[in-house]
Amino acid sequence: MSAPDIESRGVDQQTGTGVLSRTRARIADRTLRTDRWWLSPLLTVLGLAFFVIYSTIRAFWGSAYYVPEYNYLTPFYSPCLSTACEPGSSHFGTLFDFPWFIPYAALSLPFLLLFRLTCYYYRKAYYRSVWFSPPACAVAEPHSKYTGETRFPLIMQNLHRYFFYAAALVVLINTYDAIAAFSGENGFGIGLGNLILLANVILLWAYTFSCHSCRHVAGGRLKNFSKHPVRYWFWTQVSKLNTRHMQYAWITLFMLMFTDFYVMLVASGTIADLRIIN
Amino acid sequence: MSYQGKFRVWRGDVDGGDFEDFTVEVNEGEVVLDIIHRLQATQAPDLAVRWNCKAGKCGSCSAEINGRPRLLCMTRMSTFTEDETITVTPLRAFPVMRDLVTDVSYNYTKAREVPAFTPPEGVGLGEYRMHQVDVERSQEFRKCIECFLCQDTCHVVRDHEDNKESFAGPRFLMRIAELEMHPLDAGDRTTAAQEEHGLGYCNITKCCTDVCPEGIKITDNALIPMKERVAGQKYDPLVWLGNKLFRRG
Amino acid sequence: MTEVERHSYDVVVIGAGGAGLRAVIEARQRGLSVAVVCKSLFGKAHTVMAEGGCAASMGNSNPNDNWQVHFRDTMRGGKFLNNWRMAELHAKEAPERVWELETYGALFDRTADGRISQRNFGGHTYPRLAHVGDRTGLELIRTMQQKIVSLQQEDYAEHGDYEAKIKVFAECTITELLKDGNAIAGAFGYWRESGRFILFETPAVVLATGGIGKSFKVTSNSWEYTGDGHALALRAGAKLINMEFVQFHPTGMVWPPSVKGILVTEGVRGDGGVLKNAEGKRFMFDYIPEVFKDQYADNEEEADRWYDNPDGNRRTPDLLPRDEVARAINSEVKAGRGSPHGGVFLDIASRLPKEEIKKRLPSMHHQFKELADVDITGEPMEVGPTCHYVMGGIEVDPDTASSDVAGLFAAGECAGGMHGSNRLGGNSLSDLLVFGRRAGLGAANYVIELASWPSVAPSDVDTAAAEAVECFEPKEGNENPYTVHAELQDSMNGLVGIIRKAEEMRAAAAKVEEFKQRAKQATVEGHRQFNPGWHLALDLRNMLLVSECVAKAALLREESRGGHTRDDHPGMVADWRNKLLVCAIDGDGVRVTEQEQPPMRQDLLELFELGELEKYYTSGELTEHPERKESI
Repeated sequence: MSAPDIESRGVDQQTGTGVLSRTRARIADRTLRTDRWWLSPLLTVLGLAFFVIYSTIRAFWGSAYYVPEYNYLTPFYSPCLSTACEPGSSHFGTLFDFPWFIPYAALSLPFLLLFRLTCYYYRKAYYRSVWFSPPACAVAEPHSKYTGETRFPLIMQNLHRYFFYAAALVVLINTYDAIAAFSGENGFGIGLGNLILLANVILLWAYTFSCHSCRHVAGGRLKNFSKHPVRYWFWTQVSKLNTRHMQYAWITLFMLMFTDFYVMLVASGTIADLRIIN
Repeated sequence: MSYQGKFRVWRGDVDGGDFEDFTVEVNEGEVVLDIIHRLQATQAPDLAVRWNCKAGKCGSCSAEINGRPRLLCMTRMSTFTEDETITVTPLRAFPVMRDLVTDVSYNYTKAREVPAFTPPEGVGLGEYRMHQVDVERSQEFRKCIECFLCQDTCHVVRDHEDNKESFAGPRFLMRIAELEMHPLDAGDRTTAAQEEHGLGYCNITKCCTDVCPEGIKITDNALIPMKERVAGQKYDPLVWLGNKLFRRG
Repeated sequence: MTEVERHSYDVVVIGAGGAGLRAVIEARQRGLSVAVVCKSLFGKAHTVMAEGGCAASMGNSNPNDNWQVHFRDTMRGGKFLNNWRMAELHAKEAPERVWELETYGALFDRTADGRISQRNFGGHTYPRLAHVGDRTGLELIRTMQQKIVSLQQEDYAEHGDYEAKIKVFAECTITELLKDGNAIAGAFGYWRESGRFILFETPAVVLATGGIGKSFKVTSNSWEYTGDGHALALRAGAKLINMEFVQFHPTGMVWPPSVKGILVTEGVRGDGGVLKNAEGKRFMFDYIPEVFKDQYADNEEEADRWYDNPDGNRRTPDLLPRDEVARAINSEVKAGRGSPHGGVFLDIASRLPKEEIKKRLPSMHHQFKELADVDITGEPMEVGPTCHYVMGGIEVDPDTASSDVAGLFAAGECAGGMHGSNRLGGNSLSDLLVFGRRAGLGAANYVIELASWPSVAPSDVDTAAAEAVECFEPKEGNENPYTVHAELQDSMNGLVGIIRKAEEMRAAAAKVEEFKQRAKQATVEGHRQFNPGWHLALDLRNMLLVSECVAKAALLREESRGGHTRDDHPGMVADWRNKLLVCAIDGDGVRVTEQEQPPMRQDLLELFELGELEKYYTSGELTEHPERKESI
């Protein structure tokens, strides 16, 4: 009587969901992939976690964010809106004295965060690596139910485009900061910090313009390109950038941290800025 | 040039099955389908496999090789080492029929649910005028050979049988995008994509794009643009406010 | 009586390639119920393999084009052996059939002014092929598949059932046509998945099963091409014509061995690719036959100028009709000037910029990259002839596509006559559309006018069922169907291949006879559920019957013409032009007889200059030509 037992166990094993459902080929493994499919989600988690920890610490740090001598302001504190901001760092005026738990850039950081959080690339990245949905292609996910982005809260991902508009404004502000940094206390000058701030905003523009929402508004939404040659041209350019959206997402993430880190080192007097002109 | 390759092929049907090990000759330039054919001709004449053109054009020989959804005819043996055991299983998102053959009727059901091309009114035979730049987006999607590897790899249905009811899958969401971008299609596809074909289930994890043997950028060029259209139509706060304020009784 | 699943339809279409699907659409639009039966999944038919395009004289790329020019090209390509009425209907109706596809949603490549772009192809005077990159067949089949879905959606709206009027029976094979007297009464077959029998009771069957390439070793055809329609028609009492004419496409892949035979589209040459031998010489200039001297350039300079200025120059001989190019490649290889793997070089890399190649020939680029590790934008391809198409097929009435058997219709590759002795590239897809529609229409009219439906005799069903499972019986010979198939392919390729000799063809006929006996001893292991060994054993019967037709007809035709090249009779003989070789069933074999082709209608004959006709016709046949009458 042992044979039927084994058989019924086999059936039980396959009454699971997904690839283990009853009608599918009876294979017990959740995946048969032989490559290191877990490597990419692992690196993603490490990368994202590093950024979250670093940026949280820095956002609440409250010092070493501005170099008055060269007018360097880290993007993490732009625009600096508290009356407690260091003199000169508030390029756009101040509101009031922020309590300790509100970062000085409280008006821009949430939008930047939401822009990235709802970004089509980051969504892929954290759905895969953080939520395991799925951990990798053809690797069964651990959840028994899945509704995707059809309900609250994930249905809010559809607001990406509006965060794109907001983020574009913030990059505009960052750009102003980067340009303003060419005139410090001693007038016009260029240092390594300028180049870093400049590179940072250029990359931020690349990331922002390569966004899928941008591609849509630039021309993707049109049915007939031939009737809108200018928008077709824009769409073509954005489409080219768009193929590298993932790269820009990662590059800008690390560039932001690096820019902030450099400003922090100079502002705190740990290192001196390498000056090229004046 | 030839060597004895090790293969592990899943054999069975809906009532059960298991892996069967084979050692079989492999020659230079061969693809996995050649090996499956050699197995049929020499060791397992009743080994069931679906195939047609053997040139990557018809999309029949979809299966999973070492756990990855692939076309058997486009997977070259030279991508494996000689001492590697190659595991071949049927597609794991669809009900198995026998050996490497699965029941892909889900896809045909979904195909039938997408409203067909709606021709423009009053344009006669030979009077269609479309510009190359306007047809190119849809042409990319029409390269699809319907191998259903994207449908197989998509976790929405692969890992959740119950979602098959409400989710059309990447292939048919792409079909909707194709019609939406067709310069002369008179239908409106956006609302239906979200409400009837389950566009919202897609969490753009891009496995469909990764697996496409035609290299179609399904996610970037079809699914995300559709999501953006839905966002514009359904989740635009201004449109929403307008509808709220000026909704006619 | 055998237990079978029964269905009743007004029309049953066997084969879901281009011709079959177009027939389904037409019959359904006439209000009939239609079943479409296909051996593989819906939408996988061999039509997807067609690359270059669909010929139709729309005149979008060159306004001088019209149906008369297309008709002339088709007749020339077929060496005037074509059924002229078919060629006429084809040339006249092709543009409308193509435009119709646009109303179904097809997206062809466009001209600058937004019309369908047309490309150059072998044997066509003007750029004439509507195309989508190099995947035109896929576009055709998908478009018609989607049109059928659209019709099903209409039926759903009306009847609440998608399958009220059209039902697709996918992965289902028909093994026998059943008759009531001389009229079709049904079709018998089995589900590939379960092995269970299925019976269609129907007064009208449209055969659209495609070709016979799987009887040859090196072929561009898929496994489905086992000549089922040819064999079904023969066994039902219909006749096959022109079976000796088998087209070897000049450019198939030759390396690696596992992909040998896979097609390299003629579009490569249409877009500027040239053939070169091992010495780097463009050898096609040495192979322009006398009859084509006026139309083809005899030097490289003129040939290269032709691409940009086709009106002022003669076209490149790389674009001669396929039979000529295939023979030329064959001769070069035999003379020792071939490429390392026994082909010649096809070079597009040195002729077009990288990006342009990728844009115009994306699937060729992909195919070589994936299968042969060759980047065609940087190095030449190695190509050689591959069995591609059978000009021969079921003899049908040009207007209705009806065969001799009442209720039996045929269209597409499995019908004969349209292409004569050699088909021009691009004429196949247009053939499918024109005659697929006509077959659907012919079948519909036949059914509508039918006074009473024929009925299927229960004993016929029992016989068909018994024959289908016969190979599961253990037998002394215990033959492996895979082995017999492989040997058949070897024999046909070697003995009735691109160049033929009497003694080899006799040997082939004898071999086929031997294989027939061995096939009777074929035994199949396992059970009926999705058993490829069993499927092959059944298909093998058809391949053997068709191979017998090819070998016997080829032996009789003592001349070389189009897709039939005799080493022992190298010239084209005017006396043979008018003769069709007709195959009919005779016991368990075939009998081949000669039959005269009806003379071409006078107004069509007058479309040609006398000088050209004299190259093909006997003098006696041309007495009515106006130029001849003037000169008298």
